[in-house]
Amino acid sequence: MPEGLAARVEPAEVARRRAEVRVLVLTGLGLNCEVETAEAFRRVGATPQLVHLLDVLRGHAAEPLSHYQIIAFAGGFGFGDHLGAGFVYANKVRWQLYDQLLEFIDDGGLALGICNGFQMMTRLGMVPGFDGDYRTARATIAPNDKLGYWDTWIRLRVDRESPCVWTRGLDSLELPTRHGEGKFLTESPEVLARLEEGHQIAVRYVDAAGNATEGWPDNPNGSPGGVAGVCDPTGRLFGLMPHPDAYLYPFQHPRWFRQDDAERPAEGGGLAIFRNGVDSVAFPT
Amino acid sequence: MIHRIEIAVRRGLSDARAEHAAHQIREFLHQPVTAVRTRDVYHVEADLTADEISRMVAELTDPVLQTGAVGRLDDGPFDIAIAVAYKPGVADPVGKSALVAIEDTLGRKLEEGSAVYTSVLYLLDGVDEQQGRRIARDLLANAVVQDTRVETHDEWRAAPPSLEVPRVEAGPRPAVRMVDLSGTDAQLEHLSQEGLLALSLDEMRAIRDHFERAGDDPRRRAAGLAASPTDVELECLAQTWSEHCKHKIFNATIDYHDGEGEPQRIDSLFKSYIQRVTEEIHQELTATDDGSWLVSVFHDNAGVVAFDDSVHLVYKVETHNSPSALDPYGGAITGIVGVNRDPFGTGRGAALLSNTWGYCFASPFFDGELPPGLLHPKRVRDGVHRGVIDGGNQSGIPYGRGWEIFDSRYLGKPLVFCGTVGVLPVTIAGSAGEEKAALPGDAIVMVGGRIGADGIHGATFSSAALDEASPSQAVQIGDPITQKMMFDFLLEARDQGLYNAITDNGAGGLSSSVGEMAEGPGGARLDLERAPLKYAGLAPWEILLSEAQERMTLAVPPDKLGAFLELAARRDVEATVLGLFTDEGWLEVTYGAETVALLSMEFLHEGNPEMHLTARWQRPSFPEPTARPSDHSETLLDLVGRLNLASNENKARHYDHEVKGLTVVKPWVGEKGDVTAEATVFLAHHRSLRGYVLSEGINPFLSDLDTFAMAAGAVDEAVRRQLCAGARLDRIAALDNFCWPDPVLSAQTPDAEYKLAQLVRACRGLFAACRAYGVPLISGKDSMKNDAIMGGVRISVPPTLLVSAIGQIDDVRQAITVDFKTAGDALFVLGATKAETGGSEYFRYLGERAGLTGEAGAPTPYVGNAVPKVDLDTALALYRAFASAVAAGWVRSAATPAKGGLGMALARSAMAGRLGAELDLGRLPAAADLAIDDLLFAESNGRFVVTVAPADAERFAEHFQGHACSRVGRVTTERRLILTRGATPVVDVELATLTKRYKEGLAHA
Repeated sequence: MPEGLAARVEPAEVARRRAEVRVLVLTGLGLNCEVETAEAFRRVGATPQLVHLLDVLRGHAAEPLSHYQIIAFAGGFGFGDHLGAGFVYANKVRWQLYDQLLEFIDDGGLALGICNGFQMMTRLGMVPGFDGDYRTARATIAPNDKLGYWDTWIRLRVDRESPCVWTRGLDSLELPTRHGEGKFLTESPEVLARLEEGHQIAVRYVDAAGNATEGWPDNPNGSPGGVAGVCDPTGRLFGLMPHPDAYLYPFQHPRWFRQDDAERPAEGGGLAIFRNGVDSVAFPT
Repeated sequence: MIHRIEIAVRRGLSDARAEHAAHQIREFLHQPVTAVRTRDVYHVEADLTADEISRMVAELTDPVLQTGAVGRLDDGPFDIAIAVAYKPGVADPVGKSALVAIEDTLGRKLEEGSAVYTSVLYLLDGVDEQQGRRIARDLLANAVVQDTRVETHDEWRAAPPSLEVPRVEAGPRPAVRMVDLSGTDAQLEHLSQEGLLALSLDEMRAIRDHFERAGDDPRRRAAGLAASPTDVELECLAQTWSEHCKHKIFNATIDYHDGEGEPQRIDSLFKSYIQRVTEEIHQELTATDDGSWLVSVFHDNAGVVAFDDSVHLVYKVETHNSPSALDPYGGAITGIVGVNRDPFGTGRGAALLSNTWGYCFASPFFDGELPPGLLHPKRVRDGVHRGVIDGGNQSGIPYGRGWEIFDSRYLGKPLVFCGTVGVLPVTIAGSAGEEKAALPGDAIVMVGGRIGADGIHGATFSSAALDEASPSQAVQIGDPITQKMMFDFLLEARDQGLYNAITDNGAGGLSSSVGEMAEGPGGARLDLERAPLKYAGLAPWEILLSEAQERMTLAVPPDKLGAFLELAARRDVEATVLGLFTDEGWLEVTYGAETVALLSMEFLHEGNPEMHLTARWQRPSFPEPTARPSDHSETLLDLVGRLNLASNENKARHYDHEVKGLTVVKPWVGEKGDVTAEATVFLAHHRSLRGYVLSEGINPFLSDLDTFAMAAGAVDEAVRRQLCAGARLDRIAALDNFCWPDPVLSAQTPDAEYKLAQLVRACRGLFAACRAYGVPLISGKDSMKNDAIMGGVRISVPPTLLVSAIGQIDDVRQAITVDFKTAGDALFVLGATKAETGGSEYFRYLGERAGLTGEAGAPTPYVGNAVPKVDLDTALALYRAFASAVAAGWVRSAATPAKGGLGMALARSAMAGRLGAELDLGRLPAAADLAIDDLLFAESNGRFVVTVAPADAERFAEHFQGHACSRVGRVTTERRLILTRGATPVVDVELATLTKRYKEGLAHA
């Protein structure tokens, strides 16, 4: 591994425990970010495995869900996002895998949904997941206010009081967003209020001054309150629209080529999210 | 039984699709719409109970966002309802996914023949029926692929909701016809024209003569075939021999007259220039210690170059012009997902890394009278963008390059270039990844989508001018998801070594893919009755020729066939054995028990008569501008906002450019990421810091003066852009895409000999520049009939050559971007500026200022005369020095003066860096001899604008001794671009104003 690509060097014990964290990255049926998602988990020392959803559904997978501690729902266009973002893919999971998935969650498993994965988790009801109810969709992710897909980097503020294990210790993040449907809407103002109260809105789009924003382009979709990512009350299940999986290397930051060595970060800013998730399994508190 | 479901966004929530439509209706059609609502309508044709259909409504409706009903939603009054549905046979991917959702929800398979048909209902307030019809026709639907139903509120109320679906009604099993070729020449020509065969009289005669001879062949007689071809045979030959597939013009013998001395005979432009330059470079490289980095060129679906120990790079660029003219969205999405299959069908299959796109359109602000049969260029542009956006994004492939060129001559046919870079493992399942060979006895397996009547005659259709009679069935609509599922499966099969060869089904469908793959083993037997169809009733020739999308053809050895088919089934991908490859020397096509075609492989591939053409060159002459403006600040501000120079960010950011997590230098760079990069840089995988670099050169405006200079300049621009990103000079490969007006003499093209001479000169210019720079041409494509004849008016595109370059950089962290980095940095101009103003953006601007507009189909004035040339030796020496300056780490920003000249290059670096500059043009060596506006806006080749840290500036200047190199000024924090000549002020503009104008030029297009 060339020096510039190597992940952070860690003590042997840390590396060993992280390597024992097994991550299932689902693939197929129109998903397309599985390779970089798996690469992100690999770079922070975990052991990811790519498995086709149809193999999981039809019993062809080598391991059951219980073999893994983390399930990643990668980004992409499950079934082309026909009938709504993530709809057909989530529907397949709901009718053919959901009991197993709920068992996985009950057993303390973690889940990360990025973009299309977040859309699916929301449709399935994995988030907000109030009171352990992971079957009821209380929110949705609607088309952007400005019609169409949009690729741009945004700034996120992390809620330091959030139970979200994936954002522990983080204050802010810069990441690319790339979606046409990212506007997080709840079924009622009460649901949003409860999300706020429980600090389940782990990340929000912010403007240059660092304030949560609904204004384009800092908020690419018009999400009320700048909601960019949401976790369940346990903090173990987390979905977000922006792509930490596309910021694996420091030189992927859009202004990296404008920075001098002192300003340049040591690693891609997206990795922190993956490392947090893996560490919460490897080093339970 | 047909059930209808309607789903709408809940009242009070934003309906982005409706708002977008309302905006377009007002701004583009100027119709007084006051409100728009939309609904998704699903017609479900399936045996469902009332309970089941109610349950499906609940399932398909997002409870937070939407409301749904069986039949019709009641949602208050409106003025006009417009329903937009696909025509029968047009692909409906959303319907296909809906069927999956229904089966998943109900937990059972629906019976064969079940289908979901999707449509959209627009409810409009504030317009009458006539306005509604106009909106339907000119905005919401394209009559080529969609049907509309426009109703007033009363009409809508009066009738129950429509349960009509665009089902294709199966006809009787069509018979195979024998085609009588015994008639007169006129009859043969008529037969070719009538049947959309695009075969010339010579070719028709050759076919007639061949079958007369072949009539005696015992094998043919045994198969019950006579001394004339079947319709299957004739159609198959027409496809195989089409200009699209056979490149007859590039392979013709040409007598070239340049007006001086004897005519010169050229035996194939392809062999004499394109192939030759690559072979010569390959030989030179082979003799070096490192050997050649060319892995596979010309013979496969895409070119292959070496990258690192584990992978090669594969690159292909295609055009999809005619279909995009008829149905911009469908044509363009098919263009991008179609070119994806080229790298995928190269070697034993390359995974896809990045896409490129580039379009030539007429102005989206066109307000002249549109010739009948043409779509407004704004509609064409919007639709093409949307198609390639959907195709690329849904396939999970980032784009690397995107550009647009605007000229009135693209009104007749837009040019839609789509490219794809792939990554091919050096070794696949134990043998070289680029090697593929179907063996006798291998099964012919078709994988992916099913065959329909879509895209029949695409290859022959694109080999003819567009006119009012152009067939709508030539248009397909790509379905990226079906293709993505197929690709995912095939990559698994590839790595398990389950097949010997793979190629795509594009132009000509099975006739091309099987016909080409059968060349190796020496024959094939194909049974069309086994082919999976979207609907019954296709004639055998239609099955053979259909260009229905998302299909690959593979050669699977018998011992792997079981494993291959089993894996396909596990991935929900359809794979069907259609026959086998043989060494019998024949392409034998059956339809069940009946032999419907029996063609000798030799006649199929070698039997077409060679063309013999004449080319006559004559140097053109155009008026020069009579008045030059004196306010150069104003000129610069006007130029940066012109269509050909302005930012198209509001379109380009709809394309994903970061999926796969390998993007390094993005298409948009600088402090705010709002200026286009000179070239983009990507990793090829996650295991190394080595990167590949994408750039291109294109300037069709120079074709009006001299295509030799145009082509050489395109190579030069592509190479300079590469260097500006930090690419190595010795690893640049290029692709050539020619889009020409018809250069074959006929009643419709009396000026063909000149256009052919333009082609000859372009090939020579391409050869000269590639040879000098050591840039091999690894793949290419030509599209030779880019004319439209509408209402008796012919509009031909200007001869257009796209040179797409793919280079390499050893460490992506050493890449360079265009933006000024730090105030105080020294500013250099490298390369000589000459009074080469011909074909410049500046001259067209002067023409517009003078109130001149070209005649329909003519160049936009002013054209001028002094075409930018490339001094190849001088340039190469400078580029070597430049590459070593980059390697030394001295170059902090680099820009390529091209369209818009030095002025535009400086503006781009300044805008991107949000930093100003002060410089003295008087320090340029040519300053004394040139008018100041020539100095600023001439588009001379071979130049760079570079910034260097002050500490390195002296060494940098020393390094370029003996080259044209001037230290002209410095980067400043003051956000102004201040240019002088000596003490005389030349330009003084605020950066904020400049940036605003740059971003506004296309913002409201």
